[in-house]
This record gives sequence, C-alpha cells and structure tokens, in this order.
Amino acid sequence: MATLSIPNPVPSAIEDAEKLRKAFQGWGTDEKAMIAVLAHRDAAQRKQIKIAYEDQYKEKLLKRIESEISGHFERAVYCWIFDPVERQAIMANIAIKNKVVDFPVIIEIACINSSNELLAVKQVYQSLYKHSMEEDVASHATGDFRKLLFALVGTYRYDGEEINTELAKTEAKILNDAITKGEYNSDEIIRILSTRSKAQLQATFNCYKDAHNLSITKALSTKTPNDFVIALRAAIRCRTTPTKYFEKVLRNILQKSGMDEDALTRVIVMHAEKDLKEIKELFQTRANMTLEQAVAKKTSGDYENFLLALIGN
Amino acid sequence: MADETLSLKKAFSGHGGFGVDETTMAAMVTKWRKQPDQKSRFRSDFSGFFTKIGSIEKCEDDYLLRLKTEFSRFKNIMVLWLMHPWERDARWMHHVMHKSYPFTVIVEIACTRTSEELLGAKRAYQALFNHSVEEDVAYHIKESYSKLLVGLVSSFRYEGPQVDNDMAKWEAKALGNVIKSSGSGKLIQNEEVIRILTTRSKRHLKATFKHYKELHGKPIEEDLGANLCLQETVKCIDKPAKYFSEAINIAFKEGADKPSKLSLTRVIISRADVDMEEIKETYHKQFGVKLEDMITKNTHGHYKDTLLTLIGK
Repeated sequence: MATLSIPNPVPSAIEDAEKLRKAFQGWGTDEKAMIAVLAHRDAAQRKQIKIAYEDQYKEKLLKRIESEISGHFERAVYCWIFDPVERQAIMANIAIKNKVVDFPVIIEIACINSSNELLAVKQVYQSLYKHSMEEDVASHATGDFRKLLFALVGTYRYDGEEINTELAKTEAKILNDAITKGEYNSDEIIRILSTRSKAQLQATFNCYKDAHNLSITKALSTKTPNDFVIALRAAIRCRTTPTKYFEKVLRNILQKSGMDEDALTRVIVMHAEKDLKEIKELFQTRANMTLEQAVAKKTSGDYENFLLALIGN
Repeated sequence: MADETLSLKKAFSGHGGFGVDETTMAAMVTKWRKQPDQKSRFRSDFSGFFTKIGSIEKCEDDYLLRLKTEFSRFKNIMVLWLMHPWERDARWMHHVMHKSYPFTVIVEIACTRTSEELLGAKRAYQALFNHSVEEDVAYHIKESYSKLLVGLVSSFRYEGPQVDNDMAKWEAKALGNVIKSSGSGKLIQNEEVIRILTTRSKRHLKATFKHYKELHGKPIEEDLGANLCLQETVKCIDKPAKYFSEAINIAFKEGADKPSKLSLTRVIISRADVDMEEIKETYHKQFGVKLEDMITKNTHGHYKDTLLTLIGK
C-alpha cells in the first residue's frame, strides 16, 4: 500500500499551481509550501499541476524547480514529479548511461514490475530516448552483467499462477549443479532466473530449500562477494520477495556508516505510491525504530522534510 | 476414357503436387456410380498406390498418409486464414518447440513482424500455452543458435525514424572485425553479433548492413559462412520480400520436404495483407516466372483457388 497521503478534498490543479508560483516568488524559495503541495498529490494530480502551471505561467514547472532548489532535495523532487512509468524509464536511462551501469536500478525495474508494467516502461523509454531499453542495456553493459541484465529486461514473462512441480525440481537441481561448481554466470542460472514466471521461480526456490536446507540466496553468499553474485541475489530477491529486498536496502543505507542519498531517494520515491507501507512495517520490526526515525537521523533540511512527507505520518 | 483415368489419377495422386482436385474426384463418383468394375480396373491400373493382394487391390499405407496431408492443405489454409494473426504466429512458433518445424520459422516471425505484431504473438502464446515464448525457446532449444533465437524472440525493437549513423558505421566495422577473427562456427554465439542483430532497430540494421557493404565491398550475407540462422536473420531484417520469395521457391522445388511445402501456406497467408505485391515482383525478378503461374501449374483444387485469391489484388 502507498504511504502517500492526499488531503480530502484536494485543491484544484490551478490552486496548486498558484501555491507553487507563490513559493517560487521573491527571494529564496518557500520549500515547505512546495513540499506541502507536491508531496501530497498522486501521479495524475501532479500531471495536472504541471499542465496548469505551464498554461498559467508560460514556463515548464520542472525547469523552474531546477532553478529554485538544488542538491538531494532537488533530485528527489525531480524524480517524484513524474508518473511511475516515466520515472522508471528516466531512472533506467540514467543508470544505463552511468560510467558503470548502475545495475541495482536496472534489476529492480526489470524484476519488480509485472510484464505489462515493464512493457509500459519500455514503451515510454523508446519515445523518450529513441532507442529500446534493451539495446541501450546491451550496448552499455558488458560481459556477465550484459547477459544477466539483457535477459531480465528483455523477457516478456508469463505472469500466470500455474506451477509445474517436476520442472521446479529439475531446475532446482540445475541451479544447485551450477552453484556447487561456482559457475554463477552459467547460462542456465540466467535462463531460469530471467524467463520463468514468478510462481514457477518461487516453486523452484522452495524445492531448492527443501533439498539443501539452505535458501538459494544464502547458498549464493560467498565469503568474497563479487558484484555479479550480488546482482544475482538482488535479482532473485526482487523477483520473489521484493518487500524484504527493499527493506534490506533501506536498512543498509540508514544503519551503516556513509550515506547513499541517491539510493535512499530512489527507494522512497519509487515506492511511496506503491508499497512503502509494507516496507515500512517490516523495517520497523527489523531495525527497532521507525523508518521516519531512521531517515530523520541520517538526513536533514528540506531533503529530510520531503522524504518524511512521502513516508507519511 | 484414358483421359478420365489420367485426370482422376492426377486428382487422387496428391503426391508431388499441392492439394487435391476435389471437383474432378466428385465428378468421377457421379460417373462411376454403380460401376464397381470401373473402379476395380482403375485400382489395378494405379500402380504405386494400390497393390494386388489375393483377390483385392490394397491401398498402400504410404499413399494413405500422403493423401491425408494433401487433403488437409485446404483445411489448414482455411483455418489459418480465419485465425487472428497473433494466434497463427503463436501456434507456428510453438510447433518449433516440438521439432515439427525448422527453427527458421522463429527467425522469420521474430524478424519480419512489427514490434506490435510480435508482442501480440507473444501474448497469444502465453494465453494458449501458459508459458512465455522466451522461456520455451530457452528451455527447449539447446543448439549453437539458441542464444540468437532467444534474443530475436525477446526483442521489442524501437521503430521510430531516428538512426545514429555514426553508431551504424561503428557497428558495421565491429561486425567486420568479429567476422574476420571468429571461426564461422563461433560467429553465431558471438556476443557482439547477437547484441547488434537482436537489439538494434531495423532501420539501424539496414544502415549498418549498407555501411558493411561499402566498407568490405560485399554484402554481409556473403561473409556469414554456412550459418543458416545468421543468414536468415539478416535476410529477414534487410530484405524480407527476398526471404519470402526464396521460401516459396524452395517449397516448389523437386523433392521438397514436408516443412518446406508447409511454408507455402504460411508465407502466403501471413503476407497476403502485408507485402504480397512486393513478394510477387521479387519472385518474378528472381526466378523469371510469375507466382500466379507457378501456383496454377503446381497446386490443385480448392487449395489452389484459395492461394490464387490470396495473392491477387
């Protein structure tokens, strides 16, 4: 469930556009007013506000925001304004064009969406960037990463509930063979992980656990973790237990030293209107503090206020 | 009398030809009603199809099977004609999994359909078979060309007008380098070859092939060695009308096998409403004979009539 809270009744798009205009005028920016509007509107409402603002004031809302605010706050607001489909297309493009492909972003987008949701992201990606997401992933990623990411992004998976138990047993064995040989980049692992339906994959992993008394992600934990195995584990988790995956990502960001604001922004912004509530609840049981407390501890200023507004109170 | 026998033999033979002459057969029933002697003389005279055993002329099993195939040509073309194109493509692709069709059918469908049509076929495939076509191809086909096939069938190509000419030139050079340095057996598994052929837009690939020819003085097909899969891929993307014209020609060759003959139906049905005029022109130019004449000469009965109607204006 979403954590996004929208006032009832919600002001019209024109009223919201006016409030934003007021927030921009004069010296400095009234960030609180910005947050009060933008962090409490859903995708459709945000779109209407963009249109209303542009109609009224003859300038693009995004351009104005970019000139008014900066830093992590600005990046978070920028990501947030788009609707989920366009946002993911933009984030995928940024991740791909990074010096080294930011694989967690691609894996998340490819694995947590249903086939039709991912298709929608790919269609928007094509219209924005005049390339298919597959071709950009394939041409920017290399080696084993290319194989994995291309397979995850490129497959239009079957989303049905049917399970073939015999097949699950066979494929659990295939996975085990590859893992015991240390062949983590095996074509079979990639094939099974990227082409099987979620239900079938879950059945396969259950068979694996039954046979070896060890979950497949634990089996893939090696003492010297290499990036590719990390990517495999992320893909496995995203495909089968996304809530746990994102909860762990948040806990890693918020409870370890150092700080990755881009990753924090990404998780909060991408889930606030989707399933942040479940992630929050799990976080609380695991971290012994609320998500709000953890975020408040590690962030500050307008960036903190914006995130807290999205996390919901 | 001799003429009748000849035309009846021809009508019944179905062998070497395409289809059966239903009209002649039905006319004969009328003529030879209540004349068992006529029929008996016909059977004795129809060597290769009937053999004398004791006091009766037994029908050869072999002949019965061939007749079954020939009678069903009309049935098949009617059912296929009535079906939705996406279901047709899904069923044809599914046949390949069970080895009753050559894998080139997958190349044909994946490369000559538009992105939307291929997506539709993939959706139909899921609805019919409860699996994605990607997972089935990856699982059932374990040959040197599997990776290429999986890539082709997963593709969701950009179809817009934009082409990065510099990139096309660069990739033409890259392909040239790979071709020079790889053994022809390894070419089909080369990652760069697969990446370029399976992810780039068709416009981009046409530009790439054009640059290749300018760089190396010959079309890329000539440098692909005996790699049927690669050859067909390039042909389907670059010159589909030529590919289809050649497929038709193979069907009409002396001693053509069952799958080759089946492609006559498949090509005519699937292209009748798309690029049949272009295919006819190409066929005429390539083989010096009009397609209408080839069909009239070599096919029979209602099957023939349907084919002629489909290729007509």
